[in-house]
Amino acid sequence: MSLNPLVEIRDLNFTYDKRPVLQGINMTFPKGKLVAIMGLSGCGKTTLLRHIGGALKPTRGYVQMDGQVMHELDQDGLYAMRRKMGMLFQFGALFTDMSVYDNVAFQMREHTELPEEIIHDLVIMKLHAVGLRGAQHMMPSELSGGMARRVALARTVALDPMLIMYDEPFAGLDPISLTVIGDLIRRLNDALGATSIIVTHDIQESLKIVDYVYFMANGVIVAEGTPDELRASDKDFVRQFVHGEMDGPVPFHYPGVDYRQDLNLRA
Amino acid sequence: MPVTNILRTIGRRVVDAVWHIGVVTRFFFLTLIYSGSCFRRFHLIIKELFSTGVMSLIIIIVAGLFVGMVLGLQGYETLKRYGSESALGVMVALSLVREMGPVVAALLFASRAGSAMTAEIGLMKATEQISAMEMMAVNPIARIVAPRFWAGVISMPFLAAMFSAVGIFGGYLVGVVQIGVDEGSFWSQMQAAVDFREDIMNGIIKSLVFGTVVTLIALFEGFDAPPTAEGVSGATTRTVVTSSLAILMLDFVLTAIMFRGA
Repeated sequence: MSLNPLVEIRDLNFTYDKRPVLQGINMTFPKGKLVAIMGLSGCGKTTLLRHIGGALKPTRGYVQMDGQVMHELDQDGLYAMRRKMGMLFQFGALFTDMSVYDNVAFQMREHTELPEEIIHDLVIMKLHAVGLRGAQHMMPSELSGGMARRVALARTVALDPMLIMYDEPFAGLDPISLTVIGDLIRRLNDALGATSIIVTHDIQESLKIVDYVYFMANGVIVAEGTPDELRASDKDFVRQFVHGEMDGPVPFHYPGVDYRQDLNLRA
Repeated sequence: MPVTNILRTIGRRVVDAVWHIGVVTRFFFLTLIYSGSCFRRFHLIIKELFSTGVMSLIIIIVAGLFVGMVLGLQGYETLKRYGSESALGVMVALSLVREMGPVVAALLFASRAGSAMTAEIGLMKATEQISAMEMMAVNPIARIVAPRFWAGVISMPFLAAMFSAVGIFGGYLVGVVQIGVDEGSFWSQMQAAVDFREDIMNGIIKSLVFGTVVTLIALFEGFDAPPTAEGVSGATTRTVVTSSLAILMLDFVLTAIMFRGA
């Protein structure tokens, strides 16, 4: 990956309850790029994202963002750093007691002294960017899954963050919403000049929009490269993942006793 | 060997209980420390006052009316034996202002507003709203917990006062309007016997203590709930059970301190 990184991860290890979740992770996220972290459920993707956000402290190694080591920051420093970040949660995590408008305005009201007229204009612009200006008065319970994700996206970029993190942004979406969200992620990243990290296991949609991909399995990086490099990869794990093959390095059958033994058949 | 196991179990439970008390105490002090911002933006507290206080009014008024009416009936039957029916107003008022008002209002508050607070915060946690807030560099204790805490503390004395007032009216309806106790002695004896500092102030102090404890328990349980449907339902149940027991135990302690030998 190129120089001038916004986020660097070096020798990151994290152990939870004596179980190693992340082992010796090294990653680089250059400014302006859209990078995906892919892997099966439980491979440590979200844990990695939580380290980047400073929500977890590593057992060894570090995450450095904009020149600052995340786990060395005190609470004020961490909050100052988080104001430069935006995060889209898996199912949006919209505040259910607030309207769409108030959700998008939330950070502006919390972190700025802007007058309400300017906040109004900014909120309308953000909602227009995700195509939901007309839904500003609706409550989160009235939105479809795709709409909720788009509102959450507008809220995530409300303060024009330098780093945008997406935790499974495509989960549970219909094909149209999936394409819309993917397109918005790419366009917003380029329009804002931000750096984006997508944690996902939706390979087809991600490869269309990202610049670089890290593949993770069992807490380690097993492959990395550009989408074209990964499509052409002959590594078994990457091939199984990219082409959605049923059996391979990730076995179809969960380990268990011998089949014949389970059926009480004699050898 | 069984004795060792029993001792080990007891020891573990004691350590767990002490640890739990420590965590709740830390949560309480963090709430106080981060309360400044919600007082600067008082509209946050007003919004919560509506959902905890105003929305609890109906249940408080209805319950207060019926408790007062029962007190009127029971009190009349007892006082009649001693020829003291005219003291019905005093009995109803003191029962309500000193005990029933703060205690029953707090029990209803725990069931209605406390359980709602726990469920709301537990669900916010389960749906990652609290994590989202933290990622937006907004302290959830300052933004979610503190306004609700102060709304609970502020609304409880008003709810208890409302309960007592409506209860006295219920006692009046039964005692004076239905049974026929003299209206003049009902009100005048009440006015003469109920002391502002001894009775009303002590009732207010009780309801403030109950409001603090119930709201703290409700908020802590919500914040501490495992982020699952089962976790939230368990936390809501714990809020009602723990709050109710805490109210009754604290009522005894406070009564012993306030009215000993009075």
